[in-house]
Amino acid sequence: MKKKKINGFLLTGLLIAGFVVGCIVLGFFWTPYPPDAMEAGAPHTAPCFAHLMGTDKFGRDIFSRVLRGAGTTLTIGVSTVALGTVGGLLIGSLTGYFGGTVDAFLMRVGDVLTAFPSVLLAMVILSVLGPGSKYNVVLALGLVFIPTFARVTRTAFAGLRDVNYVKSARLMGASSPRILVRHILPNIMPVLLPAITIGFNNAVLSEASMSYLGIGITPPEASLGYMLSEAQGMFARDPWYALCTGFTLVLLVFGVGLIGEGLQRRGREVF
Amino acid sequence: MKYAVKRIAMLLCTMVVVSFLTFAAFHMISGSAATAKLGTEATAEAVEALEEAMGLHRPFLVRYGEWLLGFFTGSLGESYQYSMPVAQLVAPKLQVTLCLSIMSFVLIAVLSIPMGVMSARYAGGRLDAVWTACNQVGMAVPSFFIGILISWLCSVVLHWFVHGQFPGFEQNLWGSLYYLIFPAITISIPRIATTSRMLRSTIMSEMQKDYVRTAIARGNDRSAVLWRHVLKNSLVPIVTFLAQGMAEILAGSIVVEQVFGVPGLGRLMVASINNRDLAVVQALVVIMAFWVVLSGTVADIINQRIDPRLSLGEGK
Amino acid sequence: MKKRSLALLLVACLVGTVLSGCGDSSKTETPKDRAAANTINVALPEDLDDSLDPHKTVSALTREEMFNVFEGLVKPTPDGDLVCAVAENYKISEDRKTYTFTIRDGITFHNGQSVTAQDAVWSIERCLPPADPDSAPKDPEIFPVKALGVIEKMEAVDDKTLVITLKEPSNEFLSYLTLAILPRDYTEQDTAPVGTGPFQYVSRQPQVEIVLEKNENYWGTPAQLDKVVYKVIENADTMLMSLQSGAIDLCSHLTGTQVSQLPTGFHVEEGTMNLVNALYLNHAVQPLDDIRVRQALCMGVDKQRIIDLAFDGYGKAIGSSVYPAFTKYFDDSLTNYYTRDVEKARALLAEAGYPDGLTLKTTVPSDKKQYTETAEVLASQLAEIGVTLEIQPVEWETWLEETYYGRNFETTVVGVDASNMTARALLERFVSNFRKNFINYNNAEYDELFRLVQATSDDAEQTRLYKEMARNLTENAANVYIQDLADLMAVRDGLTGVRFYPIFVMDLAGVHYEK
Repeated sequence: MKKKKINGFLLTGLLIAGFVVGCIVLGFFWTPYPPDAMEAGAPHTAPCFAHLMGTDKFGRDIFSRVLRGAGTTLTIGVSTVALGTVGGLLIGSLTGYFGGTVDAFLMRVGDVLTAFPSVLLAMVILSVLGPGSKYNVVLALGLVFIPTFARVTRTAFAGLRDVNYVKSARLMGASSPRILVRHILPNIMPVLLPAITIGFNNAVLSEASMSYLGIGITPPEASLGYMLSEAQGMFARDPWYALCTGFTLVLLVFGVGLIGEGLQRRGREVF
Repeated sequence: MKYAVKRIAMLLCTMVVVSFLTFAAFHMISGSAATAKLGTEATAEAVEALEEAMGLHRPFLVRYGEWLLGFFTGSLGESYQYSMPVAQLVAPKLQVTLCLSIMSFVLIAVLSIPMGVMSARYAGGRLDAVWTACNQVGMAVPSFFIGILISWLCSVVLHWFVHGQFPGFEQNLWGSLYYLIFPAITISIPRIATTSRMLRSTIMSEMQKDYVRTAIARGNDRSAVLWRHVLKNSLVPIVTFLAQGMAEILAGSIVVEQVFGVPGLGRLMVASINNRDLAVVQALVVIMAFWVVLSGTVADIINQRIDPRLSLGEGK
Repeated sequence: MKKRSLALLLVACLVGTVLSGCGDSSKTETPKDRAAANTINVALPEDLDDSLDPHKTVSALTREEMFNVFEGLVKPTPDGDLVCAVAENYKISEDRKTYTFTIRDGITFHNGQSVTAQDAVWSIERCLPPADPDSAPKDPEIFPVKALGVIEKMEAVDDKTLVITLKEPSNEFLSYLTLAILPRDYTEQDTAPVGTGPFQYVSRQPQVEIVLEKNENYWGTPAQLDKVVYKVIENADTMLMSLQSGAIDLCSHLTGTQVSQLPTGFHVEEGTMNLVNALYLNHAVQPLDDIRVRQALCMGVDKQRIIDLAFDGYGKAIGSSVYPAFTKYFDDSLTNYYTRDVEKARALLAEAGYPDGLTLKTTVPSDKKQYTETAEVLASQLAEIGVTLEIQPVEWETWLEETYYGRNFETTVVGVDASNMTARALLERFVSNFRKNFINYNNAEYDELFRLVQATSDDAEQTRLYKEMARNLTENAANVYIQDLADLMAVRDGLTGVRFYPIFVMDLAGVHYEK
């Protein structure tokens, strides 16, 4: 009975996120219309069979654009998390495992950075890098997320540093890198995986906020967040534009969120 | 005492580090306060003369040192964009954002605690599952979109408030507070979701402990045990978590102030970054950092009161 | 138990706040209250400049709004003429070199001081270009008006009479005397500006509002409204919501999309923005130094489609750096000098050595939606002639520094305005050695035409030469000209009297509630 519940969240999440990601992957290879083609249909068409989500003011097919935009969003989310995780793992595992002054110092720096509103930090970083490009957004958000991941991994590594199997591995002469990668890393997955899903969602939502403030992705590239902030300006005229993009965005984040929830409950082995 | 020294040192370090980073960042951005001020009409000579007058010509470290000196002697300098002291420019906006943050904070604390407890009480049941799903949806909607939906519903459809007509504290205190409720709700929705979820899992692990099992096994009412003992013992991580949320509330206010047209720090921040108004950005960054560190300190002190076994500064 | 009561108390406090707030909210101002008080709220898309001193004005928006507060010796009319303002009349001598102005009798500044000829001399002197162009300016924030360099001497004969002598006759000189006249010994112009216009400045809160009041002692037809409150609303979508909720009565510079969503209770007035919107080309970089490439670009663009798609059909196509409101200099035959012809454009590109097309970067100020959207349509149209337009959005500050001053760009989509009603303000920009020539246009014939314009004193001849200059820009495909945007203004029903001008100003003096 209880066992079933966990799988409930995990399964629903996997199904929803899997469906959205499946559509996105399809969108990389095929969209009903070229996403940037203007006048693919009459401007401001309501959803119909030819245009599943209608068209925008340029007559571009919204469904095709949502597919491609979701692709950008996914890319941003995944690369940001990858950057954050790799950076965070490197810093967190070394400081957590070895401890010492470097650890204390880096954690203080992390304290300072996490004490700071993330959007603000990303804004300042983006002002330096120059806004607009996908890569700069990823870089800015990734840098912002490193301290959070570093903290999560550090705590986990520090906790596992002195458990028996690590100690015995050390006694058997295993090198530090080997211990870190072979013995500790697999065991922190239950903590790391939920953190990754949360990080992904934060990245997607932060990017949307930044698009709204005019410092995220800018045309001709489009992310779901950008499209949503564009669509809400036409809410009274083309409500389907905002609703369809908003729904896709919420669905993706919701699905990933459920996966995280499921993983977390399983990881804690409480339920 | 040792704790106070440690905290103050931490506060100062934070402020110095963030202000230095901001200073350095502005040094690298293209465009200066002088070009921002002179716009398309400027000649190279005029830009140069104005940069000279603003003191932008001198080396980076000298300017930063000067700012730091000013800061420690209680002066935040003068805004480049608006020819007035930064303190005077920031003060009225600080009131607004402080008020908004506190209201959001109260909403989060008041709503998420009962929700988290109920969710834990009926864990595994239908209510819990529905609530978890609602939480996930609450966390999945971008905050500006929630803001737009709320203002559209409450202002345009229901006429509960006039969007874009924030009266200002001097003119109409209650009217202003009333107006701020709507952005405060917008900020708190995703945060209520995360907090109640966090509370749920903290309580869940507390429930596994022996004393709770014993208490329930001895026939105590489950709810009573939950509210009286478990909640009390789960409060420490919750207080810490709520305090950490202050940074997120501030981040949320940057976006939400735009949506509701509230003249707070967030809007000033966005405009000042665009205008390269370094003095103002510095002041805002320092204020925000101060606010966040302060709420962390308050959380530590409260935690120590809740659980005297905790020595200050040793908690996480 | 204690905790629970504490929580209850908190909830009670909150509910109390909400309820007492509700009681109070009925007191917030409604459009009806404003009509009764004869005031309006006007939306501003961004805050005005820091300094409200008109001689230091940078942004077009500040100039546009402060038009209601300041006047020059003469002022423009909606038809594009000049009428006397601070001056009651003026005489021009036979040799067209001496101007004698009489200051209006009894005219005062908003602070009650009467206006004298000495004030006029001081105001104009303040904006004279420095004798040595390389010297550092006295006050870097004051913009010298280069055209005033033609003044040989200025003299206040008495309190009411001002005589200006020119080095050589100039037909445009009078247009530059729209320059605001300010009291000479007043030092707070930056923060508490004082002028002679129909409205006077009352107060300001940065990023919140600017309040103007009717000038009771105005020399001419007084303003009909008692008070105008400008509300700063940076976000365009938020603005639409504020219109719907009743916080705003008048809002200019709306997009077609916004207009199509206006709530009931508003009507739309249409004027022109008076901006030359174009894809500006940097003539100093390859391949844009080749006229064939530039012409191909012109032929690859369908202006009307851009207007239809990005601007819902509002706007007027143009073909050169003169916009239609400038009826005197506007030559409509240039508008469709290039028509879209994909084959011919491709052929021209092939001839220029790009048979497989080429890639161009275009820099766009990212916070200005009209430019990014124009760029999007341009990119899709130019793709058909084999030109890949890579859009590079940048912040406005970066655009100013890199593109405008630095001239470090290939192409850019932007709108260029005229600071006053002369063709010179629009066309001098492309003279090869002019400092504002950010596209590096270098055409000997054009420079020569401009020299001739300056030399001649005959108005008809001057007009002909200016038209010739505009034609030169078109024939050489200096830029890919697109349109003059429509200025769409949402006005609450019951308000009328908005007047549009051929320059970027907003005249509120005539706005009033219908009785």
